[in-house]
Amino acid sequence: MNATKTLIYDGSFNGFLTAVFIAFEQKLPHADIQRQGQIQNGLFAETETIFTNVEKAQRVWNGVRKKSNTAIKHIYFAYQSEQKNIESLLYHYIRKLMGSKINGPTNFSDDCVLKINQIAHKVGREKHRMEAFVRFQLTKDTVYFANIEPDYDVLPLISKHFRNRYADQQWLIYDLKRKYGLFYDLHKVEIISLDLTDVHTNSIQKSAVFTDEEYEYQNLWSNYFKSTTNTFQRKKKRFKV
Amino acid sequence: MGDTGTGICHSYTEDGRCVSLLKILLTNHCIFDCAYCVTRKSNDIQRAAFKIQEVVDLTINFYRRNYIEGLFLSSGIFKSADHTMERLIAVAKKLREEENFNGYIHLKSIPGASDELMYEAGLYADRLSVNIEIPTISGLKLLAPDKKHEDFIKPMLKVKNEIIRYTEEKKIIRSTAKYAPAGQSTQMIVGATGESDKDIMYSATHFYKNYNMKRVYYSGYVPISTDSRLPALGSEVPMLRENRLYQTDWLLRFYGFNVNEILDTEHPNLDMDIDPKLMWALRNLNHFPVDINKADKSVLARIPGIGMGSVHKIINGRKFRNLSWEHLKKMGVALNRAKYFIICNSTDWERRDLDAARIKGMILQSSNSKYKNHYSNQLSLFN
Repeated sequence: MNATKTLIYDGSFNGFLTAVFIAFEQKLPHADIQRQGQIQNGLFAETETIFTNVEKAQRVWNGVRKKSNTAIKHIYFAYQSEQKNIESLLYHYIRKLMGSKINGPTNFSDDCVLKINQIAHKVGREKHRMEAFVRFQLTKDTVYFANIEPDYDVLPLISKHFRNRYADQQWLIYDLKRKYGLFYDLHKVEIISLDLTDVHTNSIQKSAVFTDEEYEYQNLWSNYFKSTTNTFQRKKKRFKV
Repeated sequence: MGDTGTGICHSYTEDGRCVSLLKILLTNHCIFDCAYCVTRKSNDIQRAAFKIQEVVDLTINFYRRNYIEGLFLSSGIFKSADHTMERLIAVAKKLREEENFNGYIHLKSIPGASDELMYEAGLYADRLSVNIEIPTISGLKLLAPDKKHEDFIKPMLKVKNEIIRYTEEKKIIRSTAKYAPAGQSTQMIVGATGESDKDIMYSATHFYKNYNMKRVYYSGYVPISTDSRLPALGSEVPMLRENRLYQTDWLLRFYGFNVNEILDTEHPNLDMDIDPKLMWALRNLNHFPVDINKADKSVLARIPGIGMGSVHKIINGRKFRNLSWEHLKKMGVALNRAKYFIICNSTDWERRDLDAARIKGMILQSSNSKYKNHYSNQLSLFN
């Protein structure tokens, strides 16, 4: 029999780290770590349900940190990709990292390291895109509101950026796909969920929740954008196929 | 929306992030008559100007909605250099002090502005720039007869000295007021006066070296006038040339090349059909082949098809095992170019004694540049 075992966790990042801890404890060479609710069972695979334990999660996290700060970042970013089987790949990656004499995930001749590196980069690009392209609209109760539909679960990754940049305005960024958002109330960022059926989000279907001024600025911006495009004929050429 | 490819000017902060900026010309009034410029005095166009408060309101409201990361403010010159510079500073000061704006501000230094004003500008702006526009002094005399070379140099020198003073004082007094933390930059127009690539890159090197420039920008001339001193309306914007100049700029700043290795009196212009690193390698085949598993970092950086990202991966990866073609490919090395210049952990390498022309021919055959259909047009432009 193959020594693969299925570990089922609650879908939280701490839950995943707990599963990694258990897998290390049991010295599993391969662990099939799966989210509850998305389980695809091998017919004869042994399964174990993992109960999230913050202390155990912390121990894994600190262990990795001692090895490499880059690895910490790559693991967290790659995890947010929500890709199929990312957990098992990450387990493999962490095993390699902990077993290596050289600190840091620098073995670029290894497929697993390269793969995690690439996935983390993709998530990093998505994070960057969201930081650049979130468009706030000002509501009448002075909250700057935006909704997004990112490919990866990047809200936790962009929170700090917006907290630093817009420390003196209330803002809310809502992920329509994953149905949760971040709300900053001038003091702290909170995770919230909303019933968003009646919030219109573009200038064609204007909504009464936003200030009148809001649509003027949207118009000014789109005019600015159009006029710059016209003068820069050179750019158009560049994108011509 | 969602595409900053057009209209939004990209720039780089101190830590290397790219930012998109609201690019505004405070006014298109101008007392100068530079042939290459659309707002030149003699051009019959409608003139307008922003009020200071208008620019402030636009900037802060776009910023709070996350449309922009900052402001890029330039201006035509009304009345005098100092008068114009004062207005630019007023915008930046208002944004910082009244609106608590902590985004990025790039101000144009107006040629001829006084040292006092240049000092004040640096207190509010992240970056300052004077565009020298024309890379050669003779070209400047021809196209911008009202402007003096010294007028460009003076504010540049002041900013450089202030930055040095700031870094020195900061070591002793931590609370020293920030001065232009993202440094200064300049821009040159390419293809307006028949200058060679050598003229441009030597001039750029001069500015990097003597004025601590963070960046020099190269901007292909867009024909806007029927003036006989300039390329005719409808001539193509030399975009490929612009691209090759940026590649060269990168080689100088990040890859350890000296400008005279790439351009000299014998080779005053860059090849348009291949990148400058490949051009250098083909002229210096005696440096190759390089052993990927043994060579120093600086030697790896000179191999065509290998960028600094790949150099980093090679250096770390080879600590674990000797690297083969397969490893290099997965790391993202452009093997179609690199393979003629390297040996790695494989018995399979280029054994034929190829000369530069053959290698170039084979690479061009196997590559698919997005600029390929530009070659014929562009080449005839520079002959």
